[in-house]
Amino acid sequence: MTEDRPGIGTDAYNFAYLDEQTKRMIRRAILKGVAIPGYQVPFASREMPMPYGWGTGGVQVTAACLTPADRLKVIDQGADDTTNAVSIRKFFERTAGVETTEHTTEATVIQTRHRIPETPMTDDQILVYQVPIPEPLRFLEPRETETRKMHGLEEYGLMHVKLYEDIARHGEIATAYAYPVKVEGRYVMDPSPIPKFDNPRLESPALQLFGAGREQRIYAVPPYSKVMSLDFEDHPFNPSKADHPCALCGAENTYLDEVIMDDAGGRMFVCSDTDYCATRQAEGHRGAQSAPFTEAAE
Amino acid sequence: MYVAVKGGERAIDNAHEWLAEERRGDPAVPELSVAQIREQMKLAVNRVMAEGSLYDPDLAALAIKQSRGDLIEAIFLIRAYRTTLPRIGHSEPVDTGAMICDRRVSATFKDAPGGQVLGPTFDYTHRLLDFKLAAEGETPRAQEVEAARKETPRITDFLNRDGLIQKETPSDETPPDMTRAPMEYPANRALRLQALTRGDEGFVLGMAYSTQRGYGRNHPFVGELRIGKVPVEMEIPELGFAVEIGEIDLTECETVNQFAGSKTEPPQFTRGYGLVFGQTERKAISMALVDRSLRWEELGEDNVGAPAQDEEFVLSHSDNIQATGFLEHIKLPHYVDFQSELELVRRMRAEAQASYKDAAE
Repeated sequence: MTEDRPGIGTDAYNFAYLDEQTKRMIRRAILKGVAIPGYQVPFASREMPMPYGWGTGGVQVTAACLTPADRLKVIDQGADDTTNAVSIRKFFERTAGVETTEHTTEATVIQTRHRIPETPMTDDQILVYQVPIPEPLRFLEPRETETRKMHGLEEYGLMHVKLYEDIARHGEIATAYAYPVKVEGRYVMDPSPIPKFDNPRLESPALQLFGAGREQRIYAVPPYSKVMSLDFEDHPFNPSKADHPCALCGAENTYLDEVIMDDAGGRMFVCSDTDYCATRQAEGHRGAQSAPFTEAAE
Repeated sequence: MYVAVKGGERAIDNAHEWLAEERRGDPAVPELSVAQIREQMKLAVNRVMAEGSLYDPDLAALAIKQSRGDLIEAIFLIRAYRTTLPRIGHSEPVDTGAMICDRRVSATFKDAPGGQVLGPTFDYTHRLLDFKLAAEGETPRAQEVEAARKETPRITDFLNRDGLIQKETPSDETPPDMTRAPMEYPANRALRLQALTRGDEGFVLGMAYSTQRGYGRNHPFVGELRIGKVPVEMEIPELGFAVEIGEIDLTECETVNQFAGSKTEPPQFTRGYGLVFGQTERKAISMALVDRSLRWEELGEDNVGAPAQDEEFVLSHSDNIQATGFLEHIKLPHYVDFQSELELVRRMRAEAQASYKDAAE
């Protein structure tokens, strides 16, 4: 499959699947998004050969960004080997023939669902997010006509009231993922359903692009933009995570998956970013349950 | 190029192989041909063409075969194919007044010029299983007569002549294209009709039904329902005139709805409109009812808060490809988000339990 590289003209489909007109339309939306950080740009999203909800927005943005020289990494839940990440990576291998990688440091374009890689990104990388509901105000106001007006008028009182009510009721803000941020002091933005642990890394040297296919929206966080997670002075934002080290690589500062091990409810905590974890293990870092040096490490 | 083969990749390949085998079913039973589906599952083909927004019975039949008869999956295949096709131009508006009708009924008049033509309808069949079909015998040919006339006048034109029905203002404005521009609200009527004609049959039916049961009641009569062939013409720039490029089957429904009048308009009838590819009359009638319901503002009616009056609600949820995609995506892994919820709930429970304890002491 990877032998025949269906570039332009060698197959029924154009390079990276989309026709050039469509890519141009998407690039215009991306440029507008970059010019107005955090603003949701409507774009004429196309039906893709994978279902809405599987990352059609991200796939369209990636397709519009890819050049034959790019090296693509695709992750879902932080992992390269989850089924949908495999499926999207295969899609671009087939339709664009670009090189792919699992190493964050080697990739020029990374498409992600629900995580930001642990390895710091650089200014020659693009991070493309798959977004289900781009509108941070949607669950407070279901009408698009209203939410657009609210963004236009910078009317975010409703959001602050919601966060305040959370604190009044639960003692803290009860949003654990898709935690709303304000970009460059203007637009309130949904960072896609990443855990709030990842929010501080939204301030990045890399270009971050967000694609929502079904909802027909693209938005962007340009490199080095100021991204502030919404909070209150007396209740500052807290990017929490499970209070464990990784059982495989021993990392103390990464986002962890909780894996149920046996019928008795035994569990272990491991890095959700598989590349980061594997790289650390290759460097000799060991966690409490990593084979074969389990006992040696303890 | 090296790509590590992981469990996910192998699982996907295996799943696809198994799926192909399941699609075929028992190899001892002869395989269905695309032509058989096209000819004998015609109403399924029509639905796939209508909601896939692509008039091609052969491709629709192929999609049904490939999707194992899951029509929404077939519609998805057609949509994904359609979106890759180059847009070389657009046709002239079709003239449904010149339709060669297979079926044409009006509920508002006992008889009318052009007559009531039942055509191939289930309407008066008794829904008894026909076990003869299981024996796979040949069906005798139906009787044929010469068509009475070429063109069938529109029922609503008779009403219009007396000024009893609200006039539609003709417009040469280019309608928006929802497949090439993002949806914007408020949508004009052309855009609403586009969304409805490709909308999910079940959803549009449910919306229409809700208006009949009182959620924004607007008293519809089927003024006319016609099904038949119309020629499609396209202007070729090199020629400078329109030439016929083919024929398509269409179902058109015009409803006549009561209207008590408003501050500016005397009482008169109003219209709802449905137009759908193929013989798809349930959908066309539903579409007309929902269209009429969405026109409350233009006609100066009250918004009673009925779902079918709410354009954003109806149009944002009518597309079954969007709906099924978003609905089914929740079976994809979400463990990262779930993990953060898990920690939040654990933390909040611990705090709550601590405060109960404090209160008890």
